[in-house]
Amino acid sequence: MDVLEQLAELKVRALGELADIDDARELESWRVCYLGKKSRLTAVLRNLGELPLSEKKSVGAGANRLRVELESNLEQKKRALREAKLASSVQKEGLDISLPGYPFPVGRLHPVTQTIHKINDIFTSMGFQVVEGPEVEWDYYNFEALNIPEEHPARDTMATLWIDYEKDSNQRQMLLRTHTSPMQIRFMEKVRPPLRIVVPGKVYRYEATDATHIPMFHQIEGLAVDEGITMADLKGTLYEFSRRFFGKDRKVRFRCDYFPFVEPGVEMAIECAVCKGEGCRLCGSSGWIEILGAGMVHPEVLRRVGIDPEVYTGFAFGMGIERIPMLRYGIDDIRLFYSSDLRFLRQF
Amino acid sequence: MKVPLKWLKEYVAVTLPVTELAERLAMAGTEVKGTEVIGGKWENILVGEVITVEPHPNADRLRLVTVELGTEQPTVVCGAPNLRLGDKVAFARVGAELIDGHSGQKIILKPAKIRGVVSSGMVLSEKELGISDIHEGIMVLPPEAPVGAPLAECLGDTIFDLDITPNRPDLLSVIGVAREVAALTGEEPSIPEVSYEAKGAPIEEQVSVEIAAPQLCSRYSASLIYGIKIAESPRWLKSRLLASGMRPINNIVDVTNYVMLEYGQPLHAFDFFKLWGNKKIIVRRAGGGEVMVSLDGVERALQGDMLVIADEKQAVAIAGVMGGASSEVSQETTSILLESANFAPASIHHTSSSLRLISESSMRFERGIRPELTLLALKRATQLILLLAGGEAAKGLIDVYPGRKEPEPISLSTERLERLLGVEFSPQQIVAALTSLGFNCEPTSSASEFRVRAPYWRSDIHLEADLIEEVARIVGYDKIPTTMLSRSLPRQDPEPGLGLKKKAGQSLVGYGFQEVITYSLTGREMLEKALPGSGSLKALPLRVANPMTADQEYLRTSLRGNLLAALAANRRHEDGPIRLFELGRVYLARHNDLPDESEILSGLLSSTGLEKSWPGGDEPFSFFDAKGVVEGLLTRLDVTPSFEEAGDEGLRPGAQAAVVVAGNKLGVVGELHPKVAEAFEVSGAVYLFEINLTALLPYTIGHKVFQPIQRFPAVVRDIALVVDVGLSHRQVVDVIRGFPLVQKVALFDVYSGKQVPVGKKSLAYRLTFQSSTHTLTDEEANKVQQQILAKLSSELGASLRS
Ligand SMILES: [Zn+2]
Repeated sequence: MDVLEQLAELKVRALGELADIDDARELESWRVCYLGKKSRLTAVLRNLGELPLSEKKSVGAGANRLRVELESNLEQKKRALREAKLASSVQKEGLDISLPGYPFPVGRLHPVTQTIHKINDIFTSMGFQVVEGPEVEWDYYNFEALNIPEEHPARDTMATLWIDYEKDSNQRQMLLRTHTSPMQIRFMEKVRPPLRIVVPGKVYRYEATDATHIPMFHQIEGLAVDEGITMADLKGTLYEFSRRFFGKDRKVRFRCDYFPFVEPGVEMAIECAVCKGEGCRLCGSSGWIEILGAGMVHPEVLRRVGIDPEVYTGFAFGMGIERIPMLRYGIDDIRLFYSSDLRFLRQF
Repeated sequence: MKVPLKWLKEYVAVTLPVTELAERLAMAGTEVKGTEVIGGKWENILVGEVITVEPHPNADRLRLVTVELGTEQPTVVCGAPNLRLGDKVAFARVGAELIDGHSGQKIILKPAKIRGVVSSGMVLSEKELGISDIHEGIMVLPPEAPVGAPLAECLGDTIFDLDITPNRPDLLSVIGVAREVAALTGEEPSIPEVSYEAKGAPIEEQVSVEIAAPQLCSRYSASLIYGIKIAESPRWLKSRLLASGMRPINNIVDVTNYVMLEYGQPLHAFDFFKLWGNKKIIVRRAGGGEVMVSLDGVERALQGDMLVIADEKQAVAIAGVMGGASSEVSQETTSILLESANFAPASIHHTSSSLRLISESSMRFERGIRPELTLLALKRATQLILLLAGGEAAKGLIDVYPGRKEPEPISLSTERLERLLGVEFSPQQIVAALTSLGFNCEPTSSASEFRVRAPYWRSDIHLEADLIEEVARIVGYDKIPTTMLSRSLPRQDPEPGLGLKKKAGQSLVGYGFQEVITYSLTGREMLEKALPGSGSLKALPLRVANPMTADQEYLRTSLRGNLLAALAANRRHEDGPIRLFELGRVYLARHNDLPDESEILSGLLSSTGLEKSWPGGDEPFSFFDAKGVVEGLLTRLDVTPSFEEAGDEGLRPGAQAAVVVAGNKLGVVGELHPKVAEAFEVSGAVYLFEINLTALLPYTIGHKVFQPIQRFPAVVRDIALVVDVGLSHRQVVDVIRGFPLVQKVALFDVYSGKQVPVGKKSLAYRLTFQSSTHTLTDEEANKVQQQILAKLSSELGASLRS
């Protein structure tokens, strides 16, 4: 048997044995046996010089080929064994993954706060600045300066909680603001146009509590005054708000309404989500849900804060906050917002 | 304002379907709150004619009535006494839906046998039809009602319930609504001419009127009618009043109400012979202590700022609000003085709200109606009274008119309209819109400018902007385009307090706290319960002068009570850990000024020890959980607080600390006092914290300077000290921090027990030494550690734990 035949036989044996190996120790002895310093292959390679010239080349090439082949098979086997071991070890550590994770306490902002943040964000991106004002107000800011003098019938629609207060020489009346509109006056007294603000906050009414009335709730007021502001801008701004807040598919309607401190006055409604405008119980069969009151700032209001209505125009709007999550989530009792009931608050 | 459409149609053609008309009115500013259909359920109810009336064979008080329906002639049993041959009646067939005349319940008519006679159907009263409460007799229809026709065709109607905004008193009348409908639908309103014959002696020879308070009464008109006969009003009049929500009383009062509904001008009829001396009417302010019994029988104490109508002896009416009982029209009345006047809106509102007496009349006057209306309505009412109650009118009318004013025209330009609306309307469009509403537009030398006069019935038009709204709402708000604000952005000066509130709230949410919002209005008891002790509140809370209830009488001076009440309420259904916070204002009174409204962040942690949860080992909350929240929160807000002993009486003594920033106490953290816990009925320990964010704000806006990151490796050493129990962690740390190489001191254990002597405790710290200039050697670290231990020993008596 010549050397080449011996190598061929060696290959068959080595690969045959390798196939049966399934642990790392056996693999190491296999390596020593076939690729080690004392292996037959190493001996052949080391003794090439003793061969006649005619065989030297072919045996050398054959032996080297065999070595490369055995080494590559060895690497393959090593990888296979490592993977098998990893696989078996992972299997052993298998978990009941349906067990709950260790709890992290979850907190949430109140749905009214969430709604205010969302509205603030939309108007901020349109260049409006968020400001806040006092909840305890003078009659002047809440009524007088907004074209609602004493004995004006519009006062009857905003039943007022008055503060028991020892009047000073100015005889000013203190009250809990019935709307966020007083901040229109306060801001315009301080800042000259151009101006754009939104004013979120609490407002108060003298009202018996029931599923749709509470003595304290939230509003957000908006005001923009500049040269050249038009009712088309009012419509565009509020339409954009509705598009971003309620979605682009909700239709919006602007109709005439009356508020003493704007002229012309506007009410904005959106299409009822329940009936899609067909009319249902939620929308009182009109197909529309009133969202806010608005209008062009009344010239008298501007004049009162020293802004010339011949030069400047502006628009204002105001909306109730609670109504919005009520519509969105189908909440049927406004008192839930102030019940502090975790079973309610955790839902939002 | 309820408006029956059949009545409306007397003044304007209504061509649109009802829903579309409602829509147009709403778009132009008058919302239709509801629509009531009379006769919508009158199936199987027809107009019939009584053709025979026979006695019932078995009952004296019942009769057998045969009714002609055109195609059939049913005979039914009837108990009503007022039926006569030839009467047109409402006949219900079996199956008709009716109101039971006795019980008032809805019923479906079934065949019945009454005293042995089968009766398949019924002749109906108004009550059974549901149009009034009258059940004394059968309803007799007008003779022209067509036999066999469905009753709904003859008597049915649709009633709009309109929501009239306070600026439009002209719409508190059927004619006013007709004018509005005409303008919105392109129709012409037709207002009937009023005329009657006045044959009596001239009125000025019999009665005079003096207006003693012309600021409060701009016009007083009156007519005088003799020889009238008080009676029930005819059915058409009664049914219109009922449909409009008013109760019929007698022909005189009904006419005054009817004309008020028709024209929007309140009227009042005095029994002329009950006026003292029946010669003179004086419109004056009430005298001090004057008392009058009003029509509703209530004695009213009048004040000097109220306007009354008086004879020469006493007040006979509260002007514009309610008439007096002494001159009330009664069955015996034969002569009436009919008043149609105009009173100052603010005065009427003041009187009506001080007396808590709101009437249809006061509601109209307080919104400001025009004095031009008085004569029109007066003539109309006089005409109707002569028609319905007979009698004779005195010649002429009284008309005292001290407040006559020629309304100034308002100029309107197309440019200014465009400037406000953002859309150009042509002069033709503008004139057409205003003219349709009865405005008069006079051209000027400029083609784009008009001088506009409002019609006599509109009291709400003062400025050009008012005219622009009129044009916009008639043309339609939907014709105005939508554009975005296009000018440069105004300067922004964000309020830093808003950012602080948002960040604080979101941090607490991150720590697992649920935000709550509670009422700012609270009860004194609640405030005192949360802050016990001396029994008096530190600052006197602001009181509401007109509270709804005692538990909403004060403005809160602390959020604590509400938060504890929220905890107690939730404890009824939660036994797990609860973390709540509220971020809201307290209201602290200031002399002669609005209160201080500081923003307070208040939170609580509560565990009951009852909960079981995965993976177990639930540790109840401790003081240090609450303190940790405060420390973490303030670190997030870039504030380093220190904690000092505090004396909050609502918190457990010794388990509370004031939160101090730059020497100012800005908050507190501690365990709820057991007494307070008991008062709020919460069990288990509760830990509270409160931080005044308004006061904290200036400390959160500091300027930050970058600190280079230390490059050289640190040496870490752990030491355990034995010290007196009374020694504080703070004292130890202050000593250690005095050494410059100390980069960090971290406590990791506090122990007292068997391993240490009595009266001592062990504190274990991990110290990190680091130099900014070189790598520390062990020797250097050892040296500083020795120095630290020596100083701790000499200053605090601390020894190293062996
Ligand atoms: Zn709907």
